[in-house]
Amino acid sequence: MANHQINPNKWIDLYSDYLFNYTITRVKDRDTAQDLVQDTFFAGLKSMKNFKGEASERTWLISILKRKIIDHYRKINSKKGKAEVRINFNNDSENEGDWIEQRVADPFDKTAENNLENTELGIAIHNCISKLPEKQAQVFKMKTILGYDTDAICNELNITASNLWVIIHRARTQLASCLEKNWF
Amino acid sequence: MSKKKKILLNCTDANHTCNKSQYNDASFWEKMKLSLHLLYCRACRKYSSNNAKLTKVMTESNLEFLKTSEKENLKKNFNDELARRN
Repeated sequence: MANHQINPNKWIDLYSDYLFNYTITRVKDRDTAQDLVQDTFFAGLKSMKNFKGEASERTWLISILKRKIIDHYRKINSKKGKAEVRINFNNDSENEGDWIEQRVADPFDKTAENNLENTELGIAIHNCISKLPEKQAQVFKMKTILGYDTDAICNELNITASNLWVIIHRARTQLASCLEKNWF
Repeated sequence: MSKKKKILLNCTDANHTCNKSQYNDASFWEKMKLSLHLLYCRACRKYSSNNAKLTKVMTESNLEFLKTSEKENLKKNFNDELARRN
C-alpha cells in the first residue's frame, strides 16, 4: 500500500468541514468547535514529523481532534472544581407526585440507535459530497445545510438564479445516486 | 403562448420545480402544475420521490458545515501559522 503523503496547504479545504462536523456533534457550540478545529490543525502542523503515513491524513487529524475534545472537557470540568451529582428523583415542586416508574427509560425509545445511524449516515453523506465538483458542493452546502436564500448565494458567488438551480439539480442527482450505492 | 399560461410542463421544467419545492421556493401555481405533471409522468414521479428522500436524509443527518466567512477566518489563521513556521 502506498504511503500517505502529508500536505498541510490543502487541509482547510479538504478536512475543515469534516472535522467541524465531527466536533459540533460533541461540543454543541459553534465557537468552541471552531477553536478546537483550529487547534487541531496547529497541532497537526507541529507534529507533522511524526506522521508516518500509515493512516490517511484525515484519520490522523481526527485522532488529534479526539484528544483535543477530551482535553476541552477536562479543562471545563477542572474549572468547575467538582462534578455535581444529584441523586434525588424529584427536587422541584413542579413534578411532585410523579411516579418513579414513569421516569425509567422507555423501551421503545430508540434515540441512541437513531443517533448511531445518523452518525453513520453523516459520514456517508460527507464522503458523497466530497466526490462532487467543488462548485456544486459549495452551492449545495450553502443552499441545503446552511439554508441561505437563493439571492444571497447568487450575490456571493456571482451566478444567476437559473444557473444556481442547474448546479443544484446536478448536485442532487449525483448525490442521490452516490447515496443509493453506499447507503440505501 | 406565453410561458406563464402553459399548464402542462415538460419534464425539464417539472424537475426544476421539484427541486425548488424541496427548498420551499416554489409558488402555489408551480406546485399545482408539478402535481398535474406527476399524475401522468412516471419518470418524474420517481425523480420526485427520490428527491424528497434525499431531502429527508439530509435533514435527518444533522450535518453542520462551516460558513464561508468562518472558513475564510480559519484559513487566514492557518496560513499565518504556516508562514510563521517556515
